[in-house]
Amino acid sequence: MPASTTIEPTRDVGKQRSRSSAARKEARTAWLMASPALLLLLLFMGIPILLTFALSFTNARLISPNPPEFIGLNNFIRAFSADPTFIRSLTNTAFFALVVVPCQSGLALALAILVNQKVKGVTAFRTMIFMPVVTSMVVVSILWSFFYEKDGLFNSILNTLTGGGWTAVAWLNNPGTAMPAIILLSIWQAVGLHMIIWLSGLQGIDPALYEAAALDGVNGWQRFRYVTWPGLHSTMVFILVTITIAALGLFVQVDVMTSGGPQDATSTLVYHAVRKGYREQDMGYGSAISLIFFIAVLAISLIQRRLTREDD
Amino acid sequence: MNTTRRTFLGLGATAAVAATLAACSSQQGGSGSGTSGGISLWTHNGGNEEELAVVEKAVAAFNEANPDTPVELKSFPQASYNDSIAAAAVAGDLPDILDLDGPIMPNWAYSGYLAPLQISSELEESIIDSAKGYWNDTLYSVGPYDTSLCFLGRKSAFEAAGVPIPTVDEPWTREEFDDALAKLSELPDYSYAIDFSVADSAEWWPYAYAPMLQSFGGDLIDRETFETAEGFLNGDAAVQWGEWFRSCFTKGYASETPATDGQDFLQGKVPLYYAGGWKVLQSQETFGEDEVLILPPVDFGQGAHVGGGSWQWGVSATSSNQEAANAFIEFLMQDEYLVEYSNAIGNFPSVASATPKTEYYAEGGALEPVYEIGTKYALLRPATPGYKVISSIFDKAARDIVSGADVKATLDQAVKDIDADIASNNGYQSK
Repeated sequence: MPASTTIEPTRDVGKQRSRSSAARKEARTAWLMASPALLLLLLFMGIPILLTFALSFTNARLISPNPPEFIGLNNFIRAFSADPTFIRSLTNTAFFALVVVPCQSGLALALAILVNQKVKGVTAFRTMIFMPVVTSMVVVSILWSFFYEKDGLFNSILNTLTGGGWTAVAWLNNPGTAMPAIILLSIWQAVGLHMIIWLSGLQGIDPALYEAAALDGVNGWQRFRYVTWPGLHSTMVFILVTITIAALGLFVQVDVMTSGGPQDATSTLVYHAVRKGYREQDMGYGSAISLIFFIAVLAISLIQRRLTREDD
Repeated sequence: MNTTRRTFLGLGATAAVAATLAACSSQQGGSGSGTSGGISLWTHNGGNEEELAVVEKAVAAFNEANPDTPVELKSFPQASYNDSIAAAAVAGDLPDILDLDGPIMPNWAYSGYLAPLQISSELEESIIDSAKGYWNDTLYSVGPYDTSLCFLGRKSAFEAAGVPIPTVDEPWTREEFDDALAKLSELPDYSYAIDFSVADSAEWWPYAYAPMLQSFGGDLIDRETFETAEGFLNGDAAVQWGEWFRSCFTKGYASETPATDGQDFLQGKVPLYYAGGWKVLQSQETFGEDEVLILPPVDFGQGAHVGGGSWQWGVSATSSNQEAANAFIEFLMQDEYLVEYSNAIGNFPSVASATPKTEYYAEGGALEPVYEIGTKYALLRPATPGYKVISSIFDKAARDIVSGADVKATLDQAVKDIDADIASNNGYQSK
């Protein structure tokens, strides 16, 4: 199967007599060079996605003596009509992405502009902001769950600031505060990475444009609006797409810090799929949730592409 | 020319794919079980040196006595052990002997991973109930040890608060326990009355809190038929349990975010700690043997209960040398090794005759009450292949209740989820 897909294009090339043999040779070499990556992509992405698609219409079990049976759309009906946790996971995921995408990209841009100044010690700042990115998310999550405890760091700080008037909150055990707590941590952890990407975009802008703008006598806002922002367009598209996909895939923080609780306040689509499909061994249902997730991410990415393209 | 080159390229690519697939399958098929007369053994205690050392010693002694069927040991870290077994089962490459956590046994037996054990009936009878794994009236696994849940208390705090100390024969009633919590929570030196270990991970929740639910008169599932949780997990008794458990947190007796691993107790922040026998020695080292009280579970009306069942040994269904595999398990279950297990990790031996020879459970030993509690009050988790699902659903429901969810609605949804799972598996009927 993979063999024929990788070979097919060369056949087409062969039919086009007008092309030079050098071009044909080049195309063939290109496919040959790409084939290991394509093969791995097929093995670890293509086949699993197809399997997910097939399994989501069955009642397949992770561990069971019974063969999977075709059950039609039952898994999807169950998700939307009999599983309140799924609905909650869906809205939680959407809420998380809606808050994190603008906040994180905006904050990262502000930080990037800040550390792009030519002042002393700016490298130290960049390092400090980037540090959480290279720390494992699991480690970060465990550390922050200590901060969020009832007698943890945040409550002590708030207590000191309010002169003892603050009533301690168990941040992760309160349905109202658990998700905001995870959002704060997630933004803090990943903002450094996106700052660096914005920074590379900023430094790719031709300084001559700023000089010309200075000659025209622009103020700070106009410089940002008419020089910096248009120069950052492709960076913006990249950051928007990566943050959105990362935000929709929220899992580690939830798994380590809250197990989806309290009362489903932090359950997400990926977490729910793992819990159902793997921990409760219901592969068919887990696949159905994953498929819904896949379609949602695909749709959002396509919409984003369409929207950002119109900017051109 | 062109054609031949294309064919060559196609052949090359096909060969590459074939080689990759062959590499994958040969990795799965490698180290086959029992091909050369030797038998393979997998254990979960890769990260637990003391326990592994006991198994290694038994393997060495067995191999010396049975040179024809040497046992080859392979240890895994506990976190990835069950995944390794599942992967090996799918690939048809299970070891001859494997160890397994008690409650998962029915799931594996149902899935055809395990062969019924064929150990001598004499040995079978001598093992305590909580260390034997039966499913469908067939013995599939036996364990060298078990432990028990208990409450650990600070004697000085009990005296200061004027709380009478319960005994194994006369456990607390619900009123006495509530009274004790109320009095202990008023002690000025402590921040809470009790650490319920709610910071602990998934399997702890059903292991630790389902016995309380059972003591109220509820249960995880109908243990007669294993077909429904309706009326058991959401009946009046279960709702009472949920409301009582929630009240321990709203009344300020316990923290919803205690430190992990019993640190609140060990650092003197709470005078009472709900844990297991494995925490006793550490506590005694910290506070002295006289200061640490080992207390039985609470009788909430329908008798006091603790969870039972720990790691056990089984023989895989695909083993080609089941006789030797069973012989090894019999060998390992000798008093000699049970005593070593106990001395190494502090659990009590699963055979009574080994108990007096151990360091901690001999008469006057530091852990004697743990043994009494474990043998007197242990109740196994429901022996059904669906337990893994029940465990996950109960874990979630109980966590929601602790964080303040409506008890009845939460338990109703849990019952719905459990029953849906049983139905979609055709009642987990055996083949």
